[in-house]
Amino acid sequence: MTDLAQDLLSSFVVAEAGLNGAKNLGVVNMRKEALDRFEATGFPTTRDEEWKYTNLKPVLKHDYKIMLKSESAVSFGDIKQYLLSDLDTYKLVFINGKYSSWLSESTHQSYDICTFAAALNKYPDILAEYLGKAAPAGETFVDLNTAFADDGAYIRIKANQTVDKPIEILYITTDENGTSFSQNRNLIIVEQNAEVQILERHQNLGDTESFTNFVSEVFAARDARVSYYKVQNDSDKASLVDNTHVKQASGSNVHVGTYSFGGKLVRNNLHFYSGGEHAESHMDGITIIGDGQTVDHHTLVDHQEPNCYSRELYKGIYLGKSHGVFNGKVLVRQKAQKTNAFQQNDNILLSDKAKVDTKPQLEIFADDVRCSHGCTVGQLDKNALFYLRSRGIPKREAEGLMTYAFASDALEYVKIPQLEKRLNGVIAEKLGINLEFAL
Amino acid sequence: MIKIKDLQARVEEKEILRGINLEIGPGEVHAIMGPNGSGKSTLSSVIAGREDYEVTGGAIDFEGEDLLDLDPEERAHKGIFLSFQYPVEIPGVTVSNFIKTAINESRKGRGEEPMEAREMLAKMREKTALLEMDKSYLSRSLNEGFSGGEKKRNEIFQMAMLEPKLAILDETDSGLDIDALRIVANGVNKLRSEDNAVVVITHYQRLLDYIEPDFVHVLYNGKIVKSGDKNLALELEAKGYDWIKAENA
Ligand SMILES: Nc1ncnc2c1ncn2[C@@H]1O[C@H](COP(=O)(O)OP(=O)(O)OP(=O)(O)O)[C@@H](O)[C@H]1O
Ligand SMILES: [Mg+2]
Repeated sequence: MTDLAQDLLSSFVVAEAGLNGAKNLGVVNMRKEALDRFEATGFPTTRDEEWKYTNLKPVLKHDYKIMLKSESAVSFGDIKQYLLSDLDTYKLVFINGKYSSWLSESTHQSYDICTFAAALNKYPDILAEYLGKAAPAGETFVDLNTAFADDGAYIRIKANQTVDKPIEILYITTDENGTSFSQNRNLIIVEQNAEVQILERHQNLGDTESFTNFVSEVFAARDARVSYYKVQNDSDKASLVDNTHVKQASGSNVHVGTYSFGGKLVRNNLHFYSGGEHAESHMDGITIIGDGQTVDHHTLVDHQEPNCYSRELYKGIYLGKSHGVFNGKVLVRQKAQKTNAFQQNDNILLSDKAKVDTKPQLEIFADDVRCSHGCTVGQLDKNALFYLRSRGIPKREAEGLMTYAFASDALEYVKIPQLEKRLNGVIAEKLGINLEFAL
Repeated sequence: MIKIKDLQARVEEKEILRGINLEIGPGEVHAIMGPNGSGKSTLSSVIAGREDYEVTGGAIDFEGEDLLDLDPEERAHKGIFLSFQYPVEIPGVTVSNFIKTAINESRKGRGEEPMEAREMLAKMREKTALLEMDKSYLSRSLNEGFSGGEKKRNEIFQMAMLEPKLAILDETDSGLDIDALRIVANGVNKLRSEDNAVVVITHYQRLLDYIEPDFVHVLYNGKIVKSGDKNLALELEAKGYDWIKAENA
């Protein structure tokens, strides 16, 4: 057992006393059971099939503070650049794991856009109905989060409501606690025929190492529509394990876009459970990383019912000594006839020190299905590069133009123009080019 | 304008150009003909700066400057343009964004200001009209799904937009139907002036009926083995290459 795992186990006793869940017996029991499971398994190593390509050891070795204080004064000016400034949004801002009402803009008017901590107290029945029902017990990081997480975003959109503006969720880490281990949790409930757009990011403002073990559970009821965008552009001191689990009812349409540009080590466990007919599951993303960075996408679409569609498109661009992992599992259960599942992962290595491990994994138990999958790893086409340069476009720009063209179709489903512009800006910056032609 | 002296080039271990000598002055049109595999496209690529070819000897002087030291983009900025025998498809980059970027990067390379958006638009309109191209091409991905003829026409459109000093047209006529050939040739002629020069690489007299060459060269086995005026092209059309091959056996 690692030192960190030991620290976590001993902190639990202390933590449990202070957790809001103490008032909610169901949650208390859930936490204890989750901790027991964690104690039995510990952190995964590269011997675990699911963690074969990503070694957590270097990021788990730090002496993390587990029980975080949140007293530091963070002003709106400090976080402004991480929000969409040119758009009116609801905002849920957390500093070192704790909600900052000062920096946030929540609502209880037509829908609940508030905090997990508040919901633990106020809505025990809803919590009992949803908490832990999408994110499966038995997954180490989910269990650990279940044991500890006491705050995060709580979003509940009642039937037939369309949220009037996007919701931004921002998790900030500061130097206040030194090296910090944060565990927050979102619970997002979108009822029948309701619609919401959510943006989320984690940001370490300090100079010390941080590790975030994050869980987000999304419930999309019949005909609900959810767009969920994750912008990952954290400092090179920050590591993140994001566990996002989406449960879909019939006719619902959920899109999760993951845009990974920064961080030291990022692991995205993104699972969709397609549990009703005619549901649509969309996941896509762009990864552009460089020296010393790892981004690992582990996705699962679990087709449980007939006539559903899933689309998965991940593009990766790797510079310097970077490492990308894509593992896309598509499970089509026997009952899920007429499933249409598309999966594609394309990667470009711009450096000979970069490395990609990509693996599609199909498990199909129904006979009448359409499943396509493909993965590619390559370099930029030399002929195309010469063609562009012979027209006067400098090498760097030509590479940028081609790389951008390669990646940009993964932005097709971004519904917020300001976000699309923002992402284009980050891509241009990462590739070191002028992207006027694309904007 | 351009002086090529004893140019030798190879790819991997294979020698392709074995001592090319060619001088082209402003306002001139040169045709280069020669059997398949003789090195015509290689010569164009070496002039444009393709790095796959290793120049093992000789020199290229362009307006008093050593061209071989320059990157492909720098050569373009100086006014060299190559119309590709096989234009490359580039998905995700539209023709209009591409040409805008090419023009403004060339301007930047020459220390000039970017072209005003309005001027750019007017110019695109003018040149698409000149080449009788549908404007819908501008918003399509560069060469993606273009027919052979459409690709060639798009090459000349780019040439018209970039207004190079030296344009090398590598088999621009192949793939063009009879009307398109006339339109494209007409476009090239419109761009001719006393200050620029055109090199036409072709296998057929047809194109030379429209773009009349001042000089015709025969490239064979990596060398220019014969030069003459436009009558040489007619002679080749009538007799083929056997006599050239025999002379150089
Ligand atoms: N990159 C390369 N690798 C290997 N061989 C090459 C390469 N480029 C050219 N060659 C060879 O060099 C020779 C000259 O080719 P090039 O394309 O210049 O001929 P060409 O005169 O343009 O012919 P064509 O009339 O068929 O277009 C050919 O034998 C060709 O196979
Ligand atoms: Mg050729």
